[in-house]
Amino acid sequence: MSEPLSARIVGPSPHITSKETCPGIMLWVVAALVPSALWAIVTMGLVALQLFAVTIGVSLVTEALWNRIARKPQTLLDGSALVTGLLLAMSLPPRTPWWMAAAAALVAIGLGKMIFGGLGHNLFNPALVGRAFVTLSWAGVLATAPERGWFRALPDVTAEGYDAISGATRLAVAAADRAASGAYGFDLAAQYQPLLLKNLEGSLGEVSAVLLILGGLVLIVRGIIDWRIPAGYIGTMALASWAFGSDPVFHILAGGVMLGAFFMATDYVSSPMSKTGRLVYGVGCGLFNALGRFIGPMPESTTFAILFMNGLAPLIDRVTRPRTFGWVKSND
Amino acid sequence: MFRGGVHPPGHKEATAGSAVEWAPVPARLVVPMSQHLGAPCVPTVAVGDRVSRGQVIGDIEAMVSAPVHSPVNGTVAEVGTTLTAAGMTVKAVVIDADEAQELESFVPVPDTGDARARVRGAGIVGMGGATFPSVVKLTPPKDADVHTVILNGCECEPFLTCDHRLMLEQPERVIAGAKHVREIIGAKRVIIALESNKPDALEALRAAADDTIEVVALPTRYPQGAEKQLIYALLKTEVPHGKLPSAAGVLVHNVATAVAIADALETGKPLTERIVTVTGSVARPGNYRVLLGTLVSELIETAGGLVGDVERVISGGPMTGMALGSLDVPVTKGMSGIVAVPKGMAAPAIADDQPCMRCGRCPQTCPMGLEPYALATFADRRMWDAAAKRNVLDCIECGVCSYVCPTKRPLLQLIRLAKAAAMAKGVKS
Ligand code: SF4
Ligand code: SF4
Repeated sequence: MSEPLSARIVGPSPHITSKETCPGIMLWVVAALVPSALWAIVTMGLVALQLFAVTIGVSLVTEALWNRIARKPQTLLDGSALVTGLLLAMSLPPRTPWWMAAAAALVAIGLGKMIFGGLGHNLFNPALVGRAFVTLSWAGVLATAPERGWFRALPDVTAEGYDAISGATRLAVAAADRAASGAYGFDLAAQYQPLLLKNLEGSLGEVSAVLLILGGLVLIVRGIIDWRIPAGYIGTMALASWAFGSDPVFHILAGGVMLGAFFMATDYVSSPMSKTGRLVYGVGCGLFNALGRFIGPMPESTTFAILFMNGLAPLIDRVTRPRTFGWVKSND
Repeated sequence: MFRGGVHPPGHKEATAGSAVEWAPVPARLVVPMSQHLGAPCVPTVAVGDRVSRGQVIGDIEAMVSAPVHSPVNGTVAEVGTTLTAAGMTVKAVVIDADEAQELESFVPVPDTGDARARVRGAGIVGMGGATFPSVVKLTPPKDADVHTVILNGCECEPFLTCDHRLMLEQPERVIAGAKHVREIIGAKRVIIALESNKPDALEALRAAADDTIEVVALPTRYPQGAEKQLIYALLKTEVPHGKLPSAAGVLVHNVATAVAIADALETGKPLTERIVTVTGSVARPGNYRVLLGTLVSELIETAGGLVGDVERVISGGPMTGMALGSLDVPVTKGMSGIVAVPKGMAAPAIADDQPCMRCGRCPQTCPMGLEPYALATFADRRMWDAAAKRNVLDCIECGVCSYVCPTKRPLLQLIRLAKAAAMAKGVKS
């Protein structure tokens, strides 16, 4: 009655595995970002769509080519390049020239990830590496380009969007006000509503804090991201804003805080692994974001705060290493 | 509650309601001489010998061992070897069973008045799967003060329901076993622990217990039934690293082992059969009382045969059991289940290099507080000392890390390599 078992696998235990997969997780992240992305396209116009197309396209192509040239197995299907491309676009203002967005994506995937050996080996969040690269290289272009000139392939659908996005952000105005007189030239509280629902200043990921929070909550409930990172981040940011004598609500809603706290700082690869470590890391992100905003040269310091904490993550992992069960003080 | 752990789908519905029934007596039994941890037995019978049910057919003079008995009345057809579920080739006695069998009668283990000797004589080993000879556990080191006996009825592995049915159908035997163990060991406290997913068994045990025995329901979480985790969940004590539970004043026995001990002490019954859950992709999943030495292939026939696309057939549970390379291996003392895992549910064959995406799941769920991703990376790079320094030898091989990993990195497999290397280098555990 022997029967051939050649079709079966004689593998080591465990013989079953959870349904969680890397592409599955990445797709959840994408799904959580889709409402924000769509809302950005609807409110800001097709320039936003163009930006998404450029960063996602270049991210995917860069990763595919890199693997090809390095003769490594193709990794596009793990979904991480898609997430990087999506996040990168959301971290850029709609007026970003397409070539700059393309350069950012190239750097994000190439120098931010693949050069380290691909997914899991990079120290820093690739999307933020890409964004940091263009902010440092072409800060002037990014901050001032009011017209989109020759690089604008697609026209705006809304005139309102066109006007709004050509101006300086409230955050920059607030910082300038504070530096000049210590007082604000506008009512911060009046900004809550636009920041929550429809804000056309700043990057694609700043259009609606509500949508970002909802997306983040979905990921937390689904067990994909750890609440400790956004909680530590946003909590510290609010506390620090209050300590600096400013309006905490405005400061957690404005700029890249929500996108950073829920979607950038929670990147698995570049954040610590233990629960305690993640809380410490979240607090660190919030602290450095606040310091950058209130005493640093940059009102928008989310990128560098998170990148800095990325660098500290291995250290945090080391000091929050779990205690092996059974390693109790015994009398021998 | 112990640290970490997971809650995989239970898949117990298929057999939780199936009362234990006898599997047919096979025409020929293959009884391995090594069904336990420790020294293998030497056959004490020769080809052509008549053997009776309960008669010793293999034994050895060694502390860590357990004699083997004939499960049937019959004739020795062969003294040779057999492949086991673990994929090893061991000595075995092959017996042709008589046409008519009296399963109620057996040759009893002689009663010399020494309970431990009788438990050893009955060949009792840990029936939860560990197969450690019970008499050794019942003889704790002189300096240990064992105050608590825990009977483990958690059955935290998915699919398995043999202990569940035993507790439900024979609660008074479980209680009897608990009392015998308590008496042998001189313990003050007895706790019978099971997971909350077996409320009927809980009720049955509570009804059968007197007030000297605590019956406790624990949260349903894998690996609740792992010795160290169970002790912690019940007593909030950690078994110190590298020590036996007796160092924490505790002795843990599986519920089926306790029943076997009670049977041995009350009637002299040797261990010649056990309950096996046969489930997964089989036509008639159920709990069968099986004579040791019955081939798994026959047992699967009893359960109606395999159905559909079966990818792995596992001896034991899917988290810690062994995938069978051949179905023609005998049922042994530690075999709690046969699980036919259908295609799609089984873990994928391990593909080449799977990256760690640093998601944090494995260090957070490892019940031993290890960092499986790091240990696996050390193993990958042959950094055995580094792995040893990060306590790789504390791994209980529960499989939680491999189970949770989203990139399906073969964590436990790599960790086993590191453990073997650390042990070979003589790192003190
Ligand atoms: S490292 Fe060992 S103890 Fe920890 S989860 Fe993996 S198998 Fe279990
Ligand atoms: S579960 Fe897998 S991906 Fe996550 S940290 Fe562990 S090894 Fe890395």
